[in-house]
Amino acid sequence: MNAANYLYVSALLFTIGAIGVVVRRNAIVVFMCVELMLNAANLAFVTFARINGNLDGQVMAFFTMVVAACEVVVGLAIIVTIYRSRRSASVDDASLLKR
Amino acid sequence: MTSNYLVYLIALPLLGSALLLFAGRKADKWGHLLGTAMSGGAFVIGLYEFSQMLGRSTEQRAVTQKLFSWISVGSFQVDAGLMLDQLSICFVLLITGVGTLIHIYSIAYMSHDLDRRRFFAYLNLFIAAMLLLVLGDSYLNLYVGWEGVGLASYLLIGFWNQKPTYATAAKKAFVANRVGDMGLSLAIMIAFATLGTVSFAGVKEQASQASTGALTAIGIMLLVAATGKSAQFPLQAWLGDAMAGPTPVSALIHAATMVTAGVYLITRSNFIFDAAPTAQLCVAIIGAITLLFGAIIGTAKDDIKKALAASTMSQIGYMVLGAGLGPAGYAFAIMHLLTHGFFKAGMFLGAGSVMHGMDDEVNMRRYGGLSKFMPITFATFGLGYLAIIGVPPFAGFYSKDKIIEVAFNAGGIKGITLGCAALLGAAITAFYMTRVVILTFAGSKRWDDKAHPHESPVLMWLPMALLAIGSVASGFIFTRGNSLKNWLAPVVEQSPVHEGELLKPEVVSVLALVLVLLGVGLAVVKYLRKEIPLVAPTNVSIFTRIARRDLLQDDFNEAVFMKTGQKLTKALVVTDKSIIDGAVRGVAKLVQGSGSALRTTQTGFVRSYAMWILIGAIGLVAAIWVVTL
Repeated sequence: MNAANYLYVSALLFTIGAIGVVVRRNAIVVFMCVELMLNAANLAFVTFARINGNLDGQVMAFFTMVVAACEVVVGLAIIVTIYRSRRSASVDDASLLKR
Repeated sequence: MTSNYLVYLIALPLLGSALLLFAGRKADKWGHLLGTAMSGGAFVIGLYEFSQMLGRSTEQRAVTQKLFSWISVGSFQVDAGLMLDQLSICFVLLITGVGTLIHIYSIAYMSHDLDRRRFFAYLNLFIAAMLLLVLGDSYLNLYVGWEGVGLASYLLIGFWNQKPTYATAAKKAFVANRVGDMGLSLAIMIAFATLGTVSFAGVKEQASQASTGALTAIGIMLLVAATGKSAQFPLQAWLGDAMAGPTPVSALIHAATMVTAGVYLITRSNFIFDAAPTAQLCVAIIGAITLLFGAIIGTAKDDIKKALAASTMSQIGYMVLGAGLGPAGYAFAIMHLLTHGFFKAGMFLGAGSVMHGMDDEVNMRRYGGLSKFMPITFATFGLGYLAIIGVPPFAGFYSKDKIIEVAFNAGGIKGITLGCAALLGAAITAFYMTRVVILTFAGSKRWDDKAHPHESPVLMWLPMALLAIGSVASGFIFTRGNSLKNWLAPVVEQSPVHEGELLKPEVVSVLALVLVLLGVGLAVVKYLRKEIPLVAPTNVSIFTRIARRDLLQDDFNEAVFMKTGQKLTKALVVTDKSIIDGAVRGVAKLVQGSGSALRTTQTGFVRSYAMWILIGAIGLVAAIWVVTL
């Protein structure tokens, strides 16, 4: 099977994730879209590793997973805290930094 | 030779001044006595040193005392050292002697003043500073004293500073003096830059090898210094206003001692001026201009103290003229300085005594016929008057005629011009001094019935009497056997043998006497034979009006220096506000404006930031794609 197909899938996933981050308001969904973008990147890494025949991309994918795990922990904690104080998980409500 | 007592000359009055200032009101009861005692103590030390000096041979007479090493920077070495030689001892005795008499006079004169203690503190400070000025053994030490007397003069002119005009007069004196001080500091800097030393002995040694240009520059700067302190043209305007101070101050500082500091400076620097003929000629010309300038102002003043101040300016002009005539004139300049110290101090104290009896009235048009009421004041003032106009055998006759004679014998057109100026000055002096005496003591009474003129107490007339004795006898003593000239010979270069005298001394004396009699006669005709109006007549010639306005000295200064100075400061303010502040404010405005413009992009919405990031990323990718394509 042509390895380029995996890259197309990766690009598709990334686009879906990016659009989701921009258009959705719910913080949980935005968060999931971020995860989708990270995994799209992972898929691209692994594909390139396969194409080039070395393990650099594989190693990079592991790094991304670890970072994503940490990010999930911190991000969810923030979302939960915001929800508790503001009774809303909408990212547009959390726009107080402007003033 | 060294002496350990020189420092006490300065230390005693300085200590007195410090004690009186720091003790505060507690010292009010005995402050004046302490001040007088300190001044008297300095006089006694001066007399002791003088007697020691007389006992030594001519070469051994000068004594020095090194106090401490003051500045030691690389090749710049200055010791705080004192030097008492034949020239300084004249000044020491004049300062402490006349100074002590004036202290005694002030005890009575200032007895009603609540701040008498402070007055004596300042007087002592002045004595200390003036002694440092004449005792310093280098230009830098002299400079300290020079500034000190400037400070004391400022404090004393503005002693009654509750009157704004008096405070302004003090400021005016201070500013005019600063211009002169700048000259002195420049002279010291040039001396160090070109000669590598600032001590009198060192400069004297180096002067023979230095270039004439450098010496001329030093000389001119020293002359600027002298014009400031000695109220010479063109820095003379402050002296008249300085009469705002109490009368003893006018007598001590603005007649007898401080204003003669310029003459001392020039005489002390004789080795510079003798090697720089241009500077020396400038000195003589300045002296001649001032002696006429002061004399003309003197004829127009109705305020007795201002008339005497103008006379002081004129007489110091004589001294500066004498000092500017080189080796032939130094000794006579100093002689005139000493005799002038006696008679002018005496006359100022006399004026103070008149004011004391007349409820501080200074307008001579409100005096008249006071000789009956104040016989002692009249007698002492009269002796001073005879001395200043130069009637033989009074002091002024010897000293002033000698200066006129030396001026005539200076040679060429220069000699004739300077000599004629000095002669003319003598005639005008006779006129205005006669006017002062007639308006004050002769004629009919012109004062209100409220005034009760009376003779002053003994503490006041005793110093006047002693000074009157000095004005009678000093000229005779100084000239007998050329005593003063020979005494000063080791300090100032001796005059060469007279080469071709233009006028014999007798001719000069007769000429001067005839002119003096003319001046006296004119004054008698004008003021004794006629009624004196109580208010100065206004329908007078333009010349009188100009003379009354001090020959437009203030108008000139205001038009040339004050107005331009104000315009300059105004221009600077505008420049500062528009250009310098403008640049600063412009930068701030720019930052502020761009900041508020950029602020609109900060929405605070996470999603819009994400959008921007996304656009950026796409843009980046697109750019890379375009580049690699």
